[in-house]
Amino acid sequence: MMTVDLAAQSVRDLNKALHECKENITEKEWVVTNPKGNHNIAVGLDAEISVDIHGHAGYFCAGMNKTANVTVHGNVGQGVAENMMSGVVRVKGDASQAAGATAQGGLLVIEGNAGARCGISMKGVDIVVKGSIGHMSCFMGQSGSLVVCGDAGEALGDSLYEVHIYVKGSVKSLGADCIEKDMRSEHIAELKGLLEKAGVDENPLDFKRYGSARQLYTFKVDNASAY
Amino acid sequence: MSNDTNNNPSLKESATFDRATMAEIRRAANTGIYDIRGFGAKRKVPHFDDLLFLGASMSRYPLEGYRETCNTSVVLGDRFAKKPIKLDIPVTIAGMSFGALSANAKEALGRGASMVGTSTTTGDGGMTPEERGQSSKLVYQYLPSRYGMNPDDLRKADAIEVVLGQGAKPGGGGMLLGQKITDRVAQMRNLPKGIDQRSACRHPDWTGPDDLAIKIQELREITDWEVPIYIKVGATRTYYDVKLAVKAGADVIVVDGMQGGTAATQDVFIEHVGIPTMAAIPQAVQALQEMGMHRKVQLIVSGGIRNGADVAKCMALGADAVAIGTAALVALGCNDPKWDDEFKKIGSAAGYYDDYQEGKDPAGISTQDPDLMKRLDPVDAGRRLANYLRVLTLEAQTLARACGKNDLRNLEPEDLVALTVESAAMARVPLAGTSWIPGQKF
Repeated sequence: MMTVDLAAQSVRDLNKALHECKENITEKEWVVTNPKGNHNIAVGLDAEISVDIHGHAGYFCAGMNKTANVTVHGNVGQGVAENMMSGVVRVKGDASQAAGATAQGGLLVIEGNAGARCGISMKGVDIVVKGSIGHMSCFMGQSGSLVVCGDAGEALGDSLYEVHIYVKGSVKSLGADCIEKDMRSEHIAELKGLLEKAGVDENPLDFKRYGSARQLYTFKVDNASAY
Repeated sequence: MSNDTNNNPSLKESATFDRATMAEIRRAANTGIYDIRGFGAKRKVPHFDDLLFLGASMSRYPLEGYRETCNTSVVLGDRFAKKPIKLDIPVTIAGMSFGALSANAKEALGRGASMVGTSTTTGDGGMTPEERGQSSKLVYQYLPSRYGMNPDDLRKADAIEVVLGQGAKPGGGGMLLGQKITDRVAQMRNLPKGIDQRSACRHPDWTGPDDLAIKIQELREITDWEVPIYIKVGATRTYYDVKLAVKAGADVIVVDGMQGGTAATQDVFIEHVGIPTMAAIPQAVQALQEMGMHRKVQLIVSGGIRNGADVAKCMALGADAVAIGTAALVALGCNDPKWDDEFKKIGSAAGYYDDYQEGKDPAGISTQDPDLMKRLDPVDAGRRLANYLRVLTLEAQTLARACGKNDLRNLEPEDLVALTVESAAMARVPLAGTSWIPGQKF
């Protein structure tokens, strides 16, 4: 196990060392101490390694992650796991806004709450939030799944494409073109799998499903009031 | 007297409600939808034609046209990057997306640019192998939609351009209509085939210049500080935007004037938002100079560049390089009269075609139709682009030598005068034959 103390080394040194694992994995388990809210910790990883960050991280933690398994034992700032391609990012605390923005694959688990625009423009990632999410979450979400065990804020799924959204608690309001849909057996099975993958003990039958009404997929003047 | 007035000299067309204006009112009344089109602003705005060079004579020494060298190379992004970009000529190819353009067109742009040692730029929709393979220097656009964005391509790029806006539609996003969404485009953008694809107008994971500084740092970290980071803005409040871009950590700033082209947006946006390229450059240069960053953070300008005179004038006003989009497409074959019969079949004419969003381009450039795409030979089109880029460079060198400059970047505002009061005020150079710069003290 390799420990990097950010009180003694820079984020740049840390990221450089983690990037070198792409060519040659000298150490599979990494521990980061004293993150102290630094931005851009463990970004651009592309190796089958695990990184445990003990403390709070700032913006874009684990951004563009590929294959790595990153765990933050604390809270994270804006844009955690943004544009993640694969791997797993787990936040033990809360996440600020735009968690998982544009992410294309992998699994993002937030054990606390997530702020506004969670999963904005997501493109294939699976996001599981044990707590609640803020307003405008999943705005323009393209594909993947968003699971919320708590409540969702205003305008959930506005201008949604094909993301599957599952919410256990209340939804303050749905965004344009987002509607509640039937929970069919395949959705229950999908949700069960997502909860198991995330290590969250919830009953899939307690959730409601939301998705796109597909009325805004093609520009029509009849929809002018929705634009 | 034209036939459409029945040879009646008393008929008078309204300057306010001319025939084009009335046709648009009728079109709007019939459809209920605003006009969407490609290309750039078509209205006449103050432009580089309103500026003239003061060639050398007694008070300045010219350089010999065919004997004395005039450097055209420029290094971009040497502020932080380990590998700045060196261009052999100061004319680059602006970002244009695969999706809006055919794969052959993107390949041709790469081929042409590489032949003369300059860069080309990706666009919304990501990087194609054809483009990367044929571009010796490729700038990767990082856009609000993040369509096709992935860290592998990011690391393959020679520079990264964070796009905040473009001159044709500053403050606007985009829409790639369903008819251009083929299997390949849909796959790259991770969306269903055949549906309209909205491109966001602002980035999803940051707001404001302080956030942008962190985002730029993230991009540097992911690429191990190897490649330059550009920031591209549409020309509006250019003075302030450039100052904020420098503060956010840009290595290079790209300012795109309102004449800059687009693949598709509302006509009202193209014609009524933004400022002319000529007006934007002095604002950008002033901002850089006040921060002590002129020539340290390089300035690329684009929007309506057509010939070597435009290139030289941009550089005289303080740009380090220019970017071309529309002119590059014309060099490839866009709007070529040889397709005039086919343009007429789709209700247009060679030289007027701007419905890039429909994907029916007879020239095979702004289309994803497999049969139309085949009409553009990327090798031949790339050669034409290279020829055109060489002409731009030779023309700019001709003017620089005439002003006694052995480097295009030695051109300066003092080499220019303006033909009109408006252009003198915008370009901040004297009205020809006077020492008067409107808005400045005598």
